[in-house]
Amino acid sequence: MTFINYASREINCKIVYYGPGLCGKTTNIQWIHEQASPEKRGKLVSLATETDRTLFFDFLPLDMGTVKGFKVRFHLYTVPGQVFYDASRKLILRGCDGVIFVADSQRARLEANIESIANLATNLRDNGFDIRTIPYVLQLNKRDMPSAAPVAEMERLLRFRNEPMLEAVANKGTGVIETLKACARQILMDLQRN
Amino acid sequence: MAKLDLVMFEEEFSQLQEIIGRLQVDSSSKVVFLVDKNGQQIAASGDVRSIDATSLASLTAGNVAATDGLAKLIGEKEFSLLFHEGEKDNLHISIVGKRGILVVIFDQNSSLALVRLRVKKASRELQEIFEKVEQRAQGAASESSKFESPFSEITDEDIDKLFGD
Repeated sequence: MTFINYASREINCKIVYYGPGLCGKTTNIQWIHEQASPEKRGKLVSLATETDRTLFFDFLPLDMGTVKGFKVRFHLYTVPGQVFYDASRKLILRGCDGVIFVADSQRARLEANIESIANLATNLRDNGFDIRTIPYVLQLNKRDMPSAAPVAEMERLLRFRNEPMLEAVANKGTGVIETLKACARQILMDLQRN
Repeated sequence: MAKLDLVMFEEEFSQLQEIIGRLQVDSSSKVVFLVDKNGQQIAASGDVRSIDATSLASLTAGNVAATDGLAKLIGEKEFSLLFHEGEKDNLHISIVGKRGILVVIFDQNSSLALVRLRVKKASRELQEIFEKVEQRAQGAASESSKFESPFSEITDEDIDKLFGD
């Protein structure tokens, strides 16, 4: 749910990074935080366990500049990927404007990716959204791993609506901004249509 | 689809601002924030610069969402009030209507009883404004938008510019 404030001339959009445990959701937004200029980025908030596993969510506000005289601000959230945190994942999707699905390219995680997309569909539906229509991007992360499955195979298994699909190595920053941009484009184009 | 954008115009915004400004003075509190259940700050009053308002809004919404989940687990609709007591400062969080959260930060210059009393009155007034915003959003959705949106002409170049391309 985009928040458009005509008084302060601001548009706020919420983007959620989703995906199985250890796929690199937090790494994506950490990289964005590291490379964004200090005047653009807000504070990165991480609610994580002692071993740096996401417990509730990570949150990063980003000031992107202006469109049509309105300041555009993205609120980036990650969900906890581990299966047993499902209740938390559902809460974080509340009121989101777009979803980035971070898939783990390692062959051993292919099933976990499929399960996580199914879980995303259910949790979106419970929040009143449709996975087939909400702004959505598929990121194939960890492309540098020796055990990475071929892109064509991942596409066949995970891509279901002709959504933008990007290859990434999030810990090196490859494909991270491009992924965010693909999602932002869909959200802003949605605003145009509505 | 449950997606109705929250669109706030100048007039409603200044009404909200006035109500929370009054609440902050009447309750002798340090800061009052009005945030949306999705974690976005709507308005603030008091010594706002002393606090990271964006993080506060997002964490409050997370807190309320988690508490909502707990309420449903035990068969309650929601817990409409959360109170966190600190050594010096306290946090009073309450739900306003369907989508608002009111956060009051206060110290020993006020009391929980006073804050609760003032919040109750302010909540009613805030709720009326939220209802107005909601009704207009629904009206606009069914009449295919009466006002000209400034975003009807967003181009690919606009988006490229946002990302510095």
